[in-house]
Amino acid sequence: MNDQNQGNIADEIQLVAFKLGNEEYAVDILAVQEIIRWTHITRVPKAPSFVKGVINLRGTVIPVIDSHKRFNLPQVETTETARIIVFRLEDVAVGLTVDLVTEVIRLSTEQIEKTQSVGGINDQFVKGIGKIADRLLIILDLDRVLDFSIEQQ
Amino acid sequence: MDMNQYLDLFLEESLEHLQNLNQSLLALENNPERLDLLDEIFRAAHTLKGMSATMGYNSIAQLTHQMENLLDKLRERKLSLSPEIIDALFQCVDALEEMVGSIREGREPQTAIGQLAAGLALLEKGESIQASVKQNVEAPAPTADVSIQFNEYEKNLINAALEKGYHAYQLQIHIDEQCLMKGVRAFMVFRNLENVGEIIASRPSVQDIEDEKFDNHITVVLVTHQKETEIQTQLDVISEVKLANITPLGSYKPSSQPYEEMQGTNSNNNIVKEENKTNNDKKQKIHQTVRVDIGRLDKLMSLVGELVINKTRLEQIHLTNNTIGLNETIEQIDRIATDLQNVVQNVRMVSIEQVFNRFPRMVRDLAKELGKEVNLILEGKETELDRTVIDEIGDPLVHLIRNAIDHGLESPEERVKANKNREGMLKLAARHEGNQVVIVVEDDGKGINVNAIREKALKNGLITPAQAENMDDQAIVNLVFEPGFSTAQTITDISGRGVGLDVVKSKIQALSGQVHLETKQSQGTKFVIKLPLTLAIIQSLLVKVQEETFAIPLGNIDETTNLEADHIKNIQGQQVMVLRGKVLPLLFIKNLLAVPGHKEQHELYVVVVRKGEQQVGLVVDELIGQQEIVINSLGKLLTGLPGIAGASILGDGKVSLILDIGTLF
Repeated sequence: MNDQNQGNIADEIQLVAFKLGNEEYAVDILAVQEIIRWTHITRVPKAPSFVKGVINLRGTVIPVIDSHKRFNLPQVETTETARIIVFRLEDVAVGLTVDLVTEVIRLSTEQIEKTQSVGGINDQFVKGIGKIADRLLIILDLDRVLDFSIEQQ
Repeated sequence: MDMNQYLDLFLEESLEHLQNLNQSLLALENNPERLDLLDEIFRAAHTLKGMSATMGYNSIAQLTHQMENLLDKLRERKLSLSPEIIDALFQCVDALEEMVGSIREGREPQTAIGQLAAGLALLEKGESIQASVKQNVEAPAPTADVSIQFNEYEKNLINAALEKGYHAYQLQIHIDEQCLMKGVRAFMVFRNLENVGEIIASRPSVQDIEDEKFDNHITVVLVTHQKETEIQTQLDVISEVKLANITPLGSYKPSSQPYEEMQGTNSNNNIVKEENKTNNDKKQKIHQTVRVDIGRLDKLMSLVGELVINKTRLEQIHLTNNTIGLNETIEQIDRIATDLQNVVQNVRMVSIEQVFNRFPRMVRDLAKELGKEVNLILEGKETELDRTVIDEIGDPLVHLIRNAIDHGLESPEERVKANKNREGMLKLAARHEGNQVVIVVEDDGKGINVNAIREKALKNGLITPAQAENMDDQAIVNLVFEPGFSTAQTITDISGRGVGLDVVKSKIQALSGQVHLETKQSQGTKFVIKLPLTLAIIQSLLVKVQEETFAIPLGNIDETTNLEADHIKNIQGQQVMVLRGKVLPLLFIKNLLAVPGHKEQHELYVVVVRKGEQQVGLVVDELIGQQEIVINSLGKLLTGLPGIAGASILGDGKVSLILDIGTLF
């Protein structure tokens, strides 16, 4: 059974939900390689400002994006719950800092609204809004988030 | 049959043969008398023909076939070598290279070979009519005729063999019509016959037989000490094969056809052997080496790299915990890791010969085109370098050589006027120097005119008049490495299109190497390139700035020294220190790389690094020590950051950045 079939049969997608500040975000689980604990991040001078640095992921050096900077959100203290979500897109691994990983959620496509106008975060990184009960999940467009040539406004 | 799995092998081997063709042709041009070179060229063309026919690249097979015909005539002395022929052969090699190139890129070879092939055929015929009026015997087409028409070469072989007391037999062999794999049977026939003697001729040709391009008859000529019965036994053991007829050949009577006797049998005795080698060539190669995909070696190297990282980590754990008994094991692991690293590094080493080898041909063509006479000297071809470096260094060298021939060397007339040898000298030398490889490109041409560069740089706005005043000659000369600089008076096809030495320089720096230039007016120019032996693992000095750790490649470092904060002086806004009476400009890594932190330190350290001819002191807070590090790239997303050559994982698992001195300041 491949992933696409699964999606079509149930007409739903699986998302990893996490928090940045008080807002809740989600990304397609298929793009997620793993979620790791906070680790030492080496700053890279002269890299784009939203790049927090590089980390050692079992012997490979991968860049990590500072999500607060990337989405123009106010900076917060790094706490115990902070994690790095490692994505793999087209063979390139990239990390994204998050404040807290909440859960893995199944959403049917009807629960997702293809809108792009949300208040806090930069519109260009948003794919849609997921609704469960009274919660709102901002679903990220990873292709854009991880595209280093797109600078935040 | 799916040939794709053989494609890589085919490409690689054909490149080798093309290289060989080029080299032998060049040598032949200088020594037209050397028969062995002709044999070499013939062999290479022949092998190429076989390979390409098998792979189904018929245009290559066709062209090489034509070349073979021509070469055959040359070998038999029915044709004499003319510059026209050499040029034609060179053109063929070019066309072949082009075709192999398009195969490599996944396209069908489109090169039009019709004209070339026709040219070859013309050369072959045109000359042969004059050269061999007496011997009007055409090289016979493959036939299954009972009698063989021998060409001069084969006649010579038979004569030579008979003179040495061998018997020569003409064998007619039938392969059963029901037989499914005629080629295999034929191969067995050849193998068994070679047990008892040497096969010096066969109809159809060995190649056609290998390709199964024959019906059920083979006729071969065998030179042997053995009796007919022994030959019979050798053939009896192969099923579906019958020896139909065996005829002893007498001296000078190899066939029933009347022919003119050769005057002066100039066949050398080892020709018999040579021919045999041709047949065995393919078999030998397989046994000598194993071809490994470079990707696998890279994988191996990165695994060794990880091992080295973990080894360092283990050492660190040991230092903090000091477990008794662990010490010995760590030492063992250390030794094994070092050995392993050396072995893998050696496996990746390739001699620079394969880069150098393309130059004689290039220099010849360029010299011809520009009407210059060039004596190319190659030294240290056996010098070994990492495969990755080898792959990258070709283009910069091509550029320097083109430059040398185009701008450096004068025309023969000018040289004679300047009391120099008519022939310009161009030397390309490679050698090991410590942990580095030095490649020198040197010519004895007119050198670089310092004033011309100064004016040009002023005109291009590279320097201000004030700067020009203060710069010494060497500094001016180094301006040629600046982007957009070209001193050529006229723009030619060869070099001087504005993209020039700056590209060379950045390429070499990308390989963690350095290039510098020495020149003397009217005496010549010398480019010295220094490259690290390998790119994967390097020796470095770890330094600390505030809370961050950086690695500086040892190859860039001249020395280190300590520095009291109040010894820093200011000259025209530039911070400097005096080191053994010399003024050394200081650059603070903290500022260069915007390192956060406010720790004030009175005692600082200076790492003196060299960028080309320029010496600069990099100011750091602390020297941690020398360490072997594995270079990791920062990944596709973070490329081309100025000042950063890559990253390395240290013993504590943290990532530290490796500074790239070439682009840091």
